[in-house]
Amino acid sequence: MKIMVPIKRVVDYNVKIRVKADGTGVDLNNVKMSMNPFDEIAVEEAIRLKEAGSATEIVAVSIGPQQAQETIRTALAMGADRGILIKTDTDAEPLTVAKLLKALCAEEKPGLVILGKQAIDNDCNQTGQMLAALLQWPQGTFASKLALSSGKLAVTREVDGGLQTVELNLPAIVTTDLRLNEPRYASLPNIMKAKKKPIDEKTPEALGIDTAPRLKTLKVVEPPKRQSGVKVKTVGELVDKLRNEVGII
Amino acid sequence: MSPADSRPAGKAERASFQWDDPLSLGGLLDEDERLIRDSARAFCQDRLLPGIREAFRHERFDRELMREMGKLGFLGATIKGYGCAGVNYVSYGLIAREVERIDSGYRSAMSVQSSLAMHPIHAYGSEAQRLKYLPKLASGEWVGCFGLTEPDHGSDPGGMQTRARKVDGGYRLNGAKMWITNSPIADVAVVWAKDDEEAIRGFILERGMAGFSTPKIEGKLSLRASVTGEIVLQDVLVPDDNRLPNARGLAGPFGCLNRARYGIAWGALGAAEFCWHAARGYTLERKQFGRPLAANQLVQKKLADMQTEIAIGLQACLRVGRLLDQGQAAPEAISLIKRNSCGKALDIARQARDMHGGNGISDEYHVMRHLMNLETVNTYEGTHDIHALILGRAQTGLQAFTG
Repeated sequence: MKIMVPIKRVVDYNVKIRVKADGTGVDLNNVKMSMNPFDEIAVEEAIRLKEAGSATEIVAVSIGPQQAQETIRTALAMGADRGILIKTDTDAEPLTVAKLLKALCAEEKPGLVILGKQAIDNDCNQTGQMLAALLQWPQGTFASKLALSSGKLAVTREVDGGLQTVELNLPAIVTTDLRLNEPRYASLPNIMKAKKKPIDEKTPEALGIDTAPRLKTLKVVEPPKRQSGVKVKTVGELVDKLRNEVGII
Repeated sequence: MSPADSRPAGKAERASFQWDDPLSLGGLLDEDERLIRDSARAFCQDRLLPGIREAFRHERFDRELMREMGKLGFLGATIKGYGCAGVNYVSYGLIAREVERIDSGYRSAMSVQSSLAMHPIHAYGSEAQRLKYLPKLASGEWVGCFGLTEPDHGSDPGGMQTRARKVDGGYRLNGAKMWITNSPIADVAVVWAKDDEEAIRGFILERGMAGFSTPKIEGKLSLRASVTGEIVLQDVLVPDDNRLPNARGLAGPFGCLNRARYGIAWGALGAAEFCWHAARGYTLERKQFGRPLAANQLVQKKLADMQTEIAIGLQACLRVGRLLDQGQAAPEAISLIKRNSCGKALDIARQARDMHGGNGISDEYHVMRHLMNLETVNTYEGTHDIHALILGRAQTGLQAFTG
């Protein structure tokens, strides 16, 4: 079975985000970028399935600028077999990404697609679900455990009330939650080996997908600074503030 | 012509400045080097940092760390084959910087294994020796050490008193080595001794050889997270097969030290970077007289000095790394960066400790641990002054080592 793992190049989780002065977006100039952490979990899970003998090949896919190749190289250094870069300089929206991945699934015919549940830059949490809908494949989102047996995939999902286990027919879509696994560090020998693994480049046009954004960003602002609190001396003062200043009672 | 006229044509956008990489070191690295740096950083921050305070406080070295470093390919990383990763010297430097950002003791354990135990076996050993020792040292299954310094011969290794007398089937070694990183836990020791012709020769000793012991040195106020000891040799019979066939004279040990010193030059700046970032963070957070300490000119001047020295120092390390990768790095160039990085890092750690006020005395803030470690790093593998003498000799033609 072939596993496809879509990965996104995002601002590193350690970086303090700065909003551009003109409010059109986040400043990406000279900012450290790395693989979306949930996608690292997806890559790790794919590698574990391959190590367990359940998968034969892992294809890491990224959609983005030329530099996204470095993110693919990271996946290859962890243990993916080959990469595909769909090159675009437009910031692809979840629906665009899902359409591109659908087109790629038609070519690659994976038995399983494992995605991060969301990217830490825009926190959309949509791509996996949209891809499942477009392909009409079953989906197991927010996975904290995968178990593959006799052609069926049991996915333990983290839901509000606890854990829910669903059984999926393959091919299927899985999105990873934080507790699915702990991704490995790319070792030096594997980083050296990754240099020799192939990365194919494709364009959205060649896959017949229009990447023009459908959403318009009106404004990007920093979250408001938290105001310091005040101490009240009496219950009367508290009630007065709640009623007349805050207006909630 | 006004200054504006001399600007290149096109959009005159102001380039952005990254305070923690002011001269864009990252932009000078290639893709693998960045991957290696990031992987090393992630490992060090996740796996080494959490335990360092306890390890230093209680003088504990976790043997398992060697296996973890081995698994990632940190040990003997520049060697091609024999289970080693075969990365370039720039990558080796980047790893040293990340490990020493946590602790100089951990970087010492790694440097000794890589440059001082594995390198001589690879560079001066027979094929049989390489096959026997390198894979197990690369995986961290075995720990190696390096015996050159003696109680009475530190900067002056040529005066060593350890002897290797030729006997039937091998050599009989007698003597003592001092300040040997890793020796108490080492499975393998590369030991240097003078033979019957007064030539310095290298020998591979193995744990268990009769008369070979490695007492631990107690009471260290520095590098407490790495273990240091002596090597005591009492009539140790070392078979002919354990002599390094291709090393004769001081060139052998000096070839190893060169590589270790190169790693130290990067590593010391990793420790300095930690101290600088910590001082910046602390002085931004800590408020006195109603405003952050970092709002004071005195504090900003110190931060600017740290940033400047580290940025320049790292550029120099990268340059020497590129030269090493081209086979063009003179030992004097390595002396220059080893001396510069260690001296500056020690000074930066001192300043950072000071900027932390009373809190800086506690190990919770890490800076004083780095300061104590860097005292050793500035001293070992050629003291600050000895490297000055090397550089002095190289530019005047006059040696100032002996009267």
